[in-house]
Amino acid sequence: MGKILVLAEHDQHALKDVTRELLAAAARIGEPVAVVVGLPGTGDALLAELGAAGAKTAYVAETEHAEDVLATPAVLALETVANTVDDIAGILIASSVDGKDVAARLSVRLNTGLIADAVNVEESDGTVMATQQVLGGTYSVKSTVRGIPIITIRPGTIEVTQPTSAQPSKITIDIVVDPVGSGQVVARDEDEIASSGRPDLRTADIIVSGGRGIGSKENFAIIEQLADALGAAVGASRAAVDAGYIEHKAQVGQTGATVSPRLYVAVGISGAIQHLAGMQSAKTIVAINKDANAPIFQFADFGIVGDLFEIVPQLIKAVNARRSDELINI
Amino acid sequence: MNVVVLIKQVPDTYGERKLSPEGRLDRDVSDVIIDEINERAVEIALQLQEDVGGEVTVVTMGPKSAVDTIRKALAMGANKAIHIVDDGLAGSDALQTSGAIAAALKTIEFDLVIAGNESTDGRSSAVPAMLSERLKVSLLTNLVTLSVAQGSVAGTRSVENGTMEVRASLPAVVSVAEKIADPRFPKLKGVLAARRKPITTLSISDLGLFPLEAGGENSWTQVNDVIAQPARTSGTVITDDGTAGTQLAGFLAAAKLI
Ligand SMILES: Cc1cc2nc3c(=O)[nH]c(=O)nc-3n(C[C@H](O)[C@H](O)[C@H](O)COP(=O)(O)OP(=O)(O)OC[C@H]3O[C@@H](n4cnc5c(N)ncnc54)[C@H](O)[C@@H]3O)c2cc1C
Ligand SMILES: Nc1ncnc2c1ncn2[C@@H]1O[C@H](COP(=O)(O)O)[C@@H](O)[C@H]1O
Repeated sequence: MGKILVLAEHDQHALKDVTRELLAAAARIGEPVAVVVGLPGTGDALLAELGAAGAKTAYVAETEHAEDVLATPAVLALETVANTVDDIAGILIASSVDGKDVAARLSVRLNTGLIADAVNVEESDGTVMATQQVLGGTYSVKSTVRGIPIITIRPGTIEVTQPTSAQPSKITIDIVVDPVGSGQVVARDEDEIASSGRPDLRTADIIVSGGRGIGSKENFAIIEQLADALGAAVGASRAAVDAGYIEHKAQVGQTGATVSPRLYVAVGISGAIQHLAGMQSAKTIVAINKDANAPIFQFADFGIVGDLFEIVPQLIKAVNARRSDELINI
Repeated sequence: MNVVVLIKQVPDTYGERKLSPEGRLDRDVSDVIIDEINERAVEIALQLQEDVGGEVTVVTMGPKSAVDTIRKALAMGANKAIHIVDDGLAGSDALQTSGAIAAALKTIEFDLVIAGNESTDGRSSAVPAMLSERLKVSLLTNLVTLSVAQGSVAGTRSVENGTMEVRASLPAVVSVAEKIADPRFPKLKGVLAARRKPITTLSISDLGLFPLEAGGENSWTQVNDVIAQPARTSGTVITDDGTAGTQLAGFLAAAKLI
């Protein structure tokens, strides 16, 4: 197979985890080639990390507008590389808010098909095939593209490979970004969830989610405490978000995050179909709900009918006790 | 100011949703409704109109039945509609859909196009960005607030680790997220008025598309395999007798989850 271009996501200093996942996915189907778009100096700062993650070559486009112009710099860089390098067999981009814009715009520029939010890529008879989970995870669909496939990949779904130590060759490319005619960033603000130190909801191993049953914003602290005891990310149902218990970012479901953690703990959540659409691919589902007829119990591996305000504090205690036992045993 | 809102008819997620072996939505098994995110997009367009005047046009590409979706938006208060409808368009992918919508938008004047950030069936989040590229106008996606002033559109854009304040000059395409606004309910007066509001229908030939640019057979993406995932089943359910929290910790430990 040919070269697989990977758009590197980074914060100018370090790669984001998803970039390692994309490079690992690229290695499965061809030769990983990174495309880096950043402020001046970024290419050199990231080169070693890119090599460790498997990139054989890095095309680097540096521009003062890397942070204040949306999508356009990355679209230009990928377009330039795609049009000048031979033997490109695919383009992988993170299925992030920014990545989705870049992929869709590039698809029009290169006039080639897009497969969105794939959870796997493989090579089959010389073509790249991508797997998507659709209709709330009820189907898994494998697709191919006419032309060079552009595939966005859901963060957290591809296993990262062993690091290598080879330094990729660096090739500088020139792009001219005209901010007029593009979306522009005026200011950035990191939110509470991102700065809480808890794992990221979309890629977390364990998630504790609270629903309307939590009853108030103050009570929602009980969900956060359980999350911290389990080392989990905090999620929520739409009803909890609408009631203002927690920010919208935490919403799991059809119109929120799609997650597939090892463990999903649903507390005071009824299990509406739109909520299930976002979490039913979790390995293990645990539910706590006082209504024995709540639909969530039809999907839970372990369900407790009872009052969450009795059960959750006891659970936190029991988890912490086991933790300290372990510490003593070490 | 002339605002276009892109609305899509989707299967109601309260009902059953099925894929055919070709990977197409089986529209016969489910009720179809206007995608809720598009009601929110119509709402914010109407709020902008209340502020700065102008017209709100809704545009949809979809089968004949999608006219119900249009009526809903007109009943909410949109002024007129374009319905892109042609059997040859069935099964189009995002790239083709954006091409057809772009062709339709070239027949009218607009300052701002408002779309949903993601459709509940396709979920590609691709059509708005593709459209901006085809129309060669600027793009702002995933907005949770939106305002228009002095030839530009501005707002708060929600991203993975927080938010950003963004702006773009008009004309522009924007997509909005769930938080943008709660949609109004159409009043009876609106429902009656909607019957008299103009709906223009456009076919593949009206749009000047090549037949090869439309429809499932010519789409850029081809489905090779459709696998229904096994439905989840219920496991152990216990009723709390005062020890359930401890029992759950035991279950988690046995499953090596803690
Ligand atoms: C287009 C569309 C998109 C949607 N998208 C999403 C989405 O992305 N995510 C989402 O979650 N929803 C979504 N919804 C909403 C969904 O239909 C439900 O309304 C929502 O999931 C309900 O949230 P909930 O389970 O927290 O609330 P409820 O359904 O009200 O359930 C609360 C539960 O808490 C239990 N409870 C109350 N008190 C206690 C107690 N003390 N102890 C134990 N249990 C208790 C109750 O028994 C009840 O089962 C969407 C709906 C639509 C129409
Ligand atoms: N067939 C369509 N007709 C009109 N608008 C559409 C259509 N498909 C997608 N859109 C718009 O694009 C948004 C994102 O859809 P998608 O790219 O499918 O996730 C939707 O919320 C609509 O606003």
